[in-house]
Amino acid sequence: MARIVGHITYPHRMVESVPPVVGASASPAPKELAARYGLAQSGARPALLVYVRQLWGRRHFIVEYARARNQAQYTDTALGQVWQILTPVLNAAVFYLIFGLLLKTSRGVHNYISFLVVGVFIFTYTQRAVLSGSTSIAGNLGLVRALHFPRATLPLASTVMELQQLLVSVVVLCVIVLATGEPLTLSWLLLIPALFFQTLFNCGLALIFARVTSRVRDMEQLLPFALRTWMYASGVFFVIHTFARTAPIAAQVVLKGNPAAVYIELVRGALMASHPAAPYVWPLAAFWAVITFAVGFVYFWRAEERYGRG
Amino acid sequence: MAVADSATTSEGTVTTSRGGQDAERVPTVVVDDLHVVYRVARGGGGGNAAASLLQVIQRKPRQLVTEVHAIRGLTFTAYRGEAIGVVGRNGSGKSTLLRAVAGLLPPASGAVYTQGQPSLLGVNAALMNTLSGERNVVLGCLAMGMTPAEVAARYDEIVAFADIADEAIQRQMTTYSSGMAAKLRFAIASAKTHDVLLVDEALATGDAAFRRRSEERIRELREAAGTVFLVSHSLGVIRETCQRALWIDEGTLQMDGPAVEVVEAYEERYK
Repeated sequence: MARIVGHITYPHRMVESVPPVVGASASPAPKELAARYGLAQSGARPALLVYVRQLWGRRHFIVEYARARNQAQYTDTALGQVWQILTPVLNAAVFYLIFGLLLKTSRGVHNYISFLVVGVFIFTYTQRAVLSGSTSIAGNLGLVRALHFPRATLPLASTVMELQQLLVSVVVLCVIVLATGEPLTLSWLLLIPALFFQTLFNCGLALIFARVTSRVRDMEQLLPFALRTWMYASGVFFVIHTFARTAPIAAQVVLKGNPAAVYIELVRGALMASHPAAPYVWPLAAFWAVITFAVGFVYFWRAEERYGRG
Repeated sequence: MAVADSATTSEGTVTTSRGGQDAERVPTVVVDDLHVVYRVARGGGGGNAAASLLQVIQRKPRQLVTEVHAIRGLTFTAYRGEAIGVVGRNGSGKSTLLRAVAGLLPPASGAVYTQGQPSLLGVNAALMNTLSGERNVVLGCLAMGMTPAEVAARYDEIVAFADIADEAIQRQMTTYSSGMAAKLRFAIASAKTHDVLLVDEALATGDAAFRRRSEERIRELREAAGTVFLVSHSLGVIRETCQRALWIDEGTLQMDGPAVEVVEAYEERYK
């Protein structure tokens, strides 16, 4: 009973819904008291550069959290982590079955299987990054309300998680591309900068939609439709150049310049000698990556102190 | 009412009555007319799809977001070295208050000023039950902001404190008994020292031996920390571990004073 430390006496106050007297004599206002002892406002948004530094300090958590989430996905299955490889393989098999064997619709595209699988895998990366980014705050409110950390950790971790999945898919992809007769050349190294730009772009989108969905949950229902529309417009299944030949110039520019089409084009150019990338795609890829990341990062940071509210 | 001198006692006079000890009283948490509003329940709640559609078409004004005014104007100051118990019924705003102090929930108005970064004791939300205990120790520590080197240094100590066998620590946490899991979670959460520590019902876990050790640990943390807030429905724990207590009801402060007296008044009201 007697574990009372010291002999501190407190003037007891029975507060009966009487508002505190503002500016009462001889007693400093709470704000002044806080200022006098150098107390900082709890949960206030840090300056942008401080925020970046805090986020850098959490880099190990970002990677570990992404790895753990990926592994946790498959722990209750019999095959376990084998699914990380099996999922992309089965994906590719489905597309081969439908487009390669049943429909035989190569539409005059050389090495259509590789063309298609690159398109599907690369677009899926952006698609999944947007979807998991959009739920990274809204779906983790428990975590947001329990621990203090820069909130951008969550959307970034969700993108890293998708990147880890993609890297497994890329191995499968390379095998398919080689098996369909493409030569292994030095240009395969371009895969690295291509995926780097796409990852930066995906991080930007994940940050944007993490904030939007944290306020408007309906976005989570709407996004899959928007993403599917985007996929059909991004040259996953066809060559935009041939398909949109008769379209107005503006429409052609929009179709070809859209970031998803650009990143798909880059990877096709890197892996497939039969589909060299147009020269305009590299500057465009860098442009979309930098702009989207910068806008997304600042946009997300501006609501940093409010994500706990739900 | 037991305490009647409230009308004349305004904010801040706390310091004046302490005579010679004034100089030592360093505030660590200043809560200034704090209001916290939660946003919950969207899309007009339940009802079937047709009814909801009709509402949208008819443009009936309806509440898209329900707001819960959980904290309604709290003001108090906590000082270094204090252990403060928070009592109140379910839904009175105790946990919300701790989250607001920790900066996890933004104030709707008013402000919370703190020394350093207050932390809630608890990492449950960061853990993944389908992974091994070992992975969760690493994950939980990183989530609290430790570096990998710090995690490696603390790892053995955490596992030893949780009293989990080497064989069990490699297993998925889903295979743990609820007591084992609670021990491990507490061991992870309490591995780090904090300036201002906020404990939400963490003492009531595990078996008797573990409870004694965890109370011991809380006391250590409290000594290392500047200030401790403890939310508990166990009034005995509050009386034993805290000198001061806040009684919160419907988001407002009912009473603020020595733990023994506040607990007594609280028991008197709800016996």
